[in-house]
Amino acid sequence: MTDFVKRLLRTPQGAIGVFLVLLVLVVVLLGPMLAPYDPETLSPLARYKGPSPAYWLGTDQYGRDIFSRLLIGARATVVMAVLATIAGTLIGAFIGTTSAFLGGRADELIMRTIDAVMSIPSLLFALLVVNLLGSSTVNALIAVAIAFAPGMARITRSVALSVRKQDYVNAAVARGESSGYIILREMLPNVIAPIIVEMTIRVSFAVMLFATLSFLGLGAQPPAAEWGLMVSEARRYMHLSAGILIWPSVAIAIVAVGFNLLGDGLRDALNPRT
Amino acid sequence: MSPNYVAKRLVMIVYTLFIVSLIVFAITQVLPADAAVMMLGENATQEALAALRENMGLNAPVWQQYASWLGHVLRGDLGTSLRTGQPVGPVMLEALGRSLLLAFLSIGLMLVLAIPLGIIAAVRRGKIADMIVSLISYAGVALPEFVTATVAVLVFADLMKWLPPTGYVPLTENFTSGIAHLVLPVCVISVILIAHVSRMVRSELVDVLHTDYIRAARLKGISRGTVLRRHALRNALLPTITIVALDVGYLLGGVIVVEEIFAIPGIGRQLIVAIQARDLPAIQAGVLIMAATYSIVNFIADILYAWLDKRIQYD
Repeated sequence: MTDFVKRLLRTPQGAIGVFLVLLVLVVVLLGPMLAPYDPETLSPLARYKGPSPAYWLGTDQYGRDIFSRLLIGARATVVMAVLATIAGTLIGAFIGTTSAFLGGRADELIMRTIDAVMSIPSLLFALLVVNLLGSSTVNALIAVAIAFAPGMARITRSVALSVRKQDYVNAAVARGESSGYIILREMLPNVIAPIIVEMTIRVSFAVMLFATLSFLGLGAQPPAAEWGLMVSEARRYMHLSAGILIWPSVAIAIVAVGFNLLGDGLRDALNPRT
Repeated sequence: MSPNYVAKRLVMIVYTLFIVSLIVFAITQVLPADAAVMMLGENATQEALAALRENMGLNAPVWQQYASWLGHVLRGDLGTSLRTGQPVGPVMLEALGRSLLLAFLSIGLMLVLAIPLGIIAAVRRGKIADMIVSLISYAGVALPEFVTATVAVLVFADLMKWLPPTGYVPLTENFTSGIAHLVLPVCVISVILIAHVSRMVRSELVDVLHTDYIRAARLKGISRGTVLRRHALRNALLPTITIVALDVGYLLGGVIVVEEIFAIPGIGRQLIVAIQARDLPAIQAGVLIMAATYSIVNFIADILYAWLDKRIQYD
C-alpha cells in the first residue's frame, strides 16, 4: 500500500491530483466552519467589491462574500457529483460484469441495449429526467447516476471479459458455484482497479453536469451557493465585476482538473508497465 | 468488409431507435401533468377534458398508446406541438440543420488542431512541447461549456467588441455576418473535443511508435519523418475515427448548452424550450432525432473504419 502511494506521488499528475483533491476534501468537510461570513446575508453597501483583506475574493451583486459562498457551496457541488458517480458506477459495474459473465446472446443483447441508451447525450438525458421528475437535488443525482451507468457498464464489461477467461473463474465454475457468487466474489473484485480510475475521472464530468443543470435552471435554486448557479447568476453582472464570474469558474476548474489528474496518476500507478 | 456487416450494423440502428423510442415514451409517461390539461389550460371543464382525452387516445392502455405513436412516427408523422400547434417533425429537422452546421464546423476545427497537437506531443514525448499540449488538454477539460461560453462573450464581444455576442444569421442571408456569429460558438464547442482527441491521438501514436514494425522500419534505415508519415500515422490515426464518432454524444450535449447561451435556433434550443414547456410531442421528436443522428454518425464511422483498415474482417 505504501509502495502504491509512493508510485502515485512520484508522477507529477498523481502528486498534483492528490494535492487538489485533498484540498477539495478539506473544503467540503470544514468549509462551513472556515467561512468568515454567512453565505446568504445581503449587504447592499458592500456590492461588487474587489478582493481585500475583509473580503478575500470580493463580493457579488448582493454584497455577499464570494469566498464564503464558495466554501459552503463545495458541499452542494462536489458531494453530489461524487455520490452520483458512485451510484452510476455501481449500477454500470454490475451490468457490465453480469453481461461479461453470461456471454453469448445475452451479452450481445445487453451491450446493444447499452449502446442504444448511450445514443441519448447524457446532458439531454439528465435534463429530461430532472425536468419530468421535478427539479430537486435528489432527482438531479438520480439523473446523473442513470446517465453514467451505460458508459461504466461498457468499460466494466471489457475488463471483465478478460477476467472471465482467467483460471480462477473457471475453477469456480467447475466447483459448481452459483452465478451470483462468481460475479460478486470472484469477478467484481478483480475489475475494480480500472473502474476506480474511470470513476475518478468521471467525477469531474459529474461536477460539470451538475453545474450545467443548475446553470440551465434545473438544479439548485437561488439563493443556494451552488457553483454552477453562481456562474449563471453572475452573467448579468459580469460587466460590473468580473470576479463574480471568475472565482466560481476557478473553483469548478480546480475540482475538474484535480480529479482528472488523480485519475491519470492512479492509472499510471496501477499500471507500472506504461 | 462484407455486405453482411453493413446489414448487421443497419439492424443495430433500427434496434437502437426502437430502444430510444421505448425510453422516450416511458419518460413522458411518468410525467405528472396531463397532456389534455396542458392543451386546454387549468380552467377547462371536465367534459372538455374528457372529450379531448378520448380524442387523443389517452384512455387507451399504455401499450396501445405506444403502438399508435410508433405507427405515426414510422409513417413520418412525429406529432403536433402542444405549444405551437405546428407539426414538430419539420420544425425539428430545420433546427437540426442549423445544429449540424455548428457541429460540422466544430469537428472541422477540432481535427485541424487536435491531430497536429497529438502528433507533436507523441513525437516529443516528455519534452516541453508534450507538457504544453497536456496543459492545454487539462485546461480544456477543466471548464464546462457554459463557463467558457460566458467568458468568451465577456472578453471577445463585450470588452474587445471583435465579434457579435449572440444571435444567429443564416449564411444564405449574409455570409460574413453569419460566419461572425458562428465563430464563438464553434470555438467553445471545440475546446473540450480538442482536449480529448489530442490526448487520444498522442496515446495511440505513443503505442504505435513502440511496436516492432516501427523499430524494424527504422533499422532498415528509413528516416524518422518517413516512418512517421508512411507507417506510424496510418495506424495511429485510424482509431481516431471511432473516438470522434463517440464524441458526437458529447458534442450534441454541448450543442444544447451553447445554442441556449448564444441564442442559436438549433435543435438543442428547441429541446430546451420543449422541455421547459413540457411539450411532449416536441420532446419525443427531438430526442429521437438526436439519437438517430448519433447512431447514423457512428454507423458511418464504423463503415469508414472497416473500409480503411483492411485487417478488420467482420462477419
